[in-house]
Amino acid sequence: MLNRYPLWKYLLILFVIVVGLIYALPNLYPEDPAVQISSARGDATLDDGQLERIRNALGKADIPIERIDTQPNGALIRLASGDDQLKARQIVAGQVNDDYTVALNLAESTPAWLESLGASPMNLGLDLRGGVHFALEVDMDAAIEQRLQVNASAIREALRDARIRYRDTQIDGRTLSFTFASAEDRAKARDVISRQFPDFQYADQAAERGATLAMTLTPKKVQEIQDYAVEQNLTTLRNRVNELGVAEPLVQRQGPNRIVVELPGVQDTAAAKRVVGATANLEFRLAARPDTPDSQTETLPFRNDQQRTARLMRDVIITGENVSSASVGFDQNGRPQVNINLDGTGGTLMNRATRSNIGRSMAVVYIDNKTRTRTVMENGKAVEKRDNYTERGIISLATIQSALGNRFRITGLDSPTEAKELALLLRSGSLAAPIYFVAERTIGPSLGAKNIERGIHSVEIGMLLVVAFMLIRYRAFGLVANLALGINLVLLVAALSLLGATLTLPGIAGIVLTLGMAVDANVLIYERIREELRAKMPIQQAIHAGYERAFTSIFDGNITTLLVAVILFSIGTGPVKGFAVTLSLGILTSMFTAIMVSRAIVNLTIGGKPVKKLWI
Amino acid sequence: MNAFINRRLDFMGKRRLAFFVSGAMLLVSIVSLLFQQLNLGLDFTGGTLVEVRYAAAPALEAVRQTLEGAGFTNVSVQTFGAPTDVLVRLQQAFDPNVGAQVTDVLRQGGASVDLIRAEFVGAQVGGQLRDQSGLGMLVALGVVMLYVALRFQYKFSLGALLALIHDVIIVLGVFSLFQLDFDLTVLAAVLAVIGYSLNDTIIVYDRIRENIRKSRTDHMPTIFNEAINQTLSRTLATSGTTLLVLLALLLLGGDMIHNFALALIVGVGVGTYSSVYVASALLIAVKLQREDLIPAKKENAEADELP
Repeated sequence: MLNRYPLWKYLLILFVIVVGLIYALPNLYPEDPAVQISSARGDATLDDGQLERIRNALGKADIPIERIDTQPNGALIRLASGDDQLKARQIVAGQVNDDYTVALNLAESTPAWLESLGASPMNLGLDLRGGVHFALEVDMDAAIEQRLQVNASAIREALRDARIRYRDTQIDGRTLSFTFASAEDRAKARDVISRQFPDFQYADQAAERGATLAMTLTPKKVQEIQDYAVEQNLTTLRNRVNELGVAEPLVQRQGPNRIVVELPGVQDTAAAKRVVGATANLEFRLAARPDTPDSQTETLPFRNDQQRTARLMRDVIITGENVSSASVGFDQNGRPQVNINLDGTGGTLMNRATRSNIGRSMAVVYIDNKTRTRTVMENGKAVEKRDNYTERGIISLATIQSALGNRFRITGLDSPTEAKELALLLRSGSLAAPIYFVAERTIGPSLGAKNIERGIHSVEIGMLLVVAFMLIRYRAFGLVANLALGINLVLLVAALSLLGATLTLPGIAGIVLTLGMAVDANVLIYERIREELRAKMPIQQAIHAGYERAFTSIFDGNITTLLVAVILFSIGTGPVKGFAVTLSLGILTSMFTAIMVSRAIVNLTIGGKPVKKLWI
Repeated sequence: MNAFINRRLDFMGKRRLAFFVSGAMLLVSIVSLLFQQLNLGLDFTGGTLVEVRYAAAPALEAVRQTLEGAGFTNVSVQTFGAPTDVLVRLQQAFDPNVGAQVTDVLRQGGASVDLIRAEFVGAQVGGQLRDQSGLGMLVALGVVMLYVALRFQYKFSLGALLALIHDVIIVLGVFSLFQLDFDLTVLAAVLAVIGYSLNDTIIVYDRIRENIRKSRTDHMPTIFNEAINQTLSRTLATSGTTLLVLLALLLLGGDMIHNFALALIVGVGVGTYSSVYVASALLIAVKLQREDLIPAKKENAEADELP
């Protein structure tokens, strides 16, 4: 019969709507302002006594607590009012020791039964909740140079083992070259090296005095090094951001050499930047012997006293990358120190180097890769120039008393803060290649609150206008369209929440725009029904024909918009991506509601019944 | 409101006038784009921007002098939304703490100043985004052209493409003419306009195709007129609701999406006009014939009907 759906279709539609309602529901529960305590090391837990002390301290300061949730490595203290958040953080920070990070947070308050179904509210983008956004670029040239340095060290050692004398090493771009006294030496060296280092293309070159062997990295290896550098930096940045204790941070690779970091809720940009962008690393090196040739040594100043210098070996025993854990401690005199545990490889290397060098000195070198950005005028255009420079300073130079294993400590640091930051950096890993900031956005919390308020307001007003328009124009059918529109909004919000999409201000604009365009399908259908009625088609047939014939138009129109939205998604960043996501989801949900849901309502109410006049 | 339905408007008869109007708008847009370009926002040019809020409205000239006195060069200061909100643009290279520095300098005068947002975009990032966006727009146009060619016929895709280019140029032209800030959100709006305007065009085309197949006359302007009249009330209703919500966004959505909403309003307006006049009239210009849609019975004409 015309205009009747089989029962299963009604049930299916009902099912989709109920699921939509459930997953859209968490967005109605406001977030609680909270203070989050998390262990920096990830293994300590807060005991009841500590929690009780915090509770008392907050009670004394007249800060009402909603609830305290214990978490695997910390606790979440929900507060009754957002005004107390800053004060509460100070009090809580005073109650726990340095192993914990105390951060401001907004905690979801989704009821447990909804949470058990996997329902959670939409994430709010930075423009809606405030916070910082950084874009960092990985310095690929430096990554390659670093790798060549490491290879040069290893090759020098291999040459020494094979008793081949070389004169000079040089690094230029992707090429590492060794100069030898004679062509015979070079042939021998090439034989030794090429067996151990297959990632190079070898070429013999003539030199003024002697013979040069030029080794160029293969393009495949270059690609590999670059990928590794970005991936490694990504991991390191994730660790660092986790140590900051920010709720819902985002660390993401973007394009071949960029990394995006978003820290919602963070207001102290400077501190966040210091930790995220820190490029410090450590090197452990032996002091030079008086008879070591100059080509193998390097003279470095001390970090706290530039006048004092020491001659060190060029070869590095281990770097900060071999550190598996680091914590702050104090020696007998109350001076700060960093206790270090090395990983397996690091321990072995350290043991091998120190065992045969007891009585010799070992230096800990602190390396800070810094970037100076300046703008220069070039052909009448402002161009950014970046100068990378490295600050190296000796933190400590101490005599090796006995063979070291994988546990030891570093002393000679200036202040507890410095010790703390050094420990944090060593713990979270050092960067595989230098990075520098290429973009930054800070959005204050007041702007975020205002944006969300305005956004919701414009959705409400926009919706109201559309609903009124449809009612006036299509009367009873307008009501059906409006019902479908409401369901569309619910489904769209549910889809966004389920996908874990981030809601941004342009995203809200996308929702508003979708609402305006969503009625299009219904308008097409109703206009077609009106037309068929004017052509004196019987009512039920007119309804049927209206839905059937409008379908192609609806489909074609929406597919093309969807295509554009996908393209937008692929080129856009942050907020624009949010717009593309809401636009494409909105197209899908509006097709479902306009075609299936509104049809079901019509079928259910007047379908197949003898209707005399249509209120359209 | 039902007045349109029974009236037959002779759209195609006025197509020469429409070409003239479109031509004039395009000319103004292109001239403006050539001579004063787009006022590209920070997203595309790179640079530094700091937005602060004063407790009481400050004198802009004084703010500028304070900043220049503190060593910032090439400072541009303007109000943003409210007279108490001040937007400071700096051209100098990035400094980790520029937001805090600017607020500190401004606070020295004793005024109460809050940092609302600070943005920095590297020149290189901006340049890349610029290239990417241009490419994205071209790809979007190419993809929709291909789709229309596949679903309809290449003459339709030509008409649709020209109509889209027409819309995009006019939206860009409005932004260039009034030197409005063209940032990433406006670009998103332009792409949305491509989608929206195409939707409109396709619905008219769909009806034209249906009518060509049904009708007995070969006089294309008559068929087109009929199709446009049949879809007119739908076109106006949809554009009407969309414009209503866009107006809500423009007036209530706040400053950050003001230009976004404006671009869409211009785009939806022009898109509606172009789907009626430009897209359809172009079909006459490219000499669309019944044979283009109903080839000799050998080919499977049914394939077109399937969604």
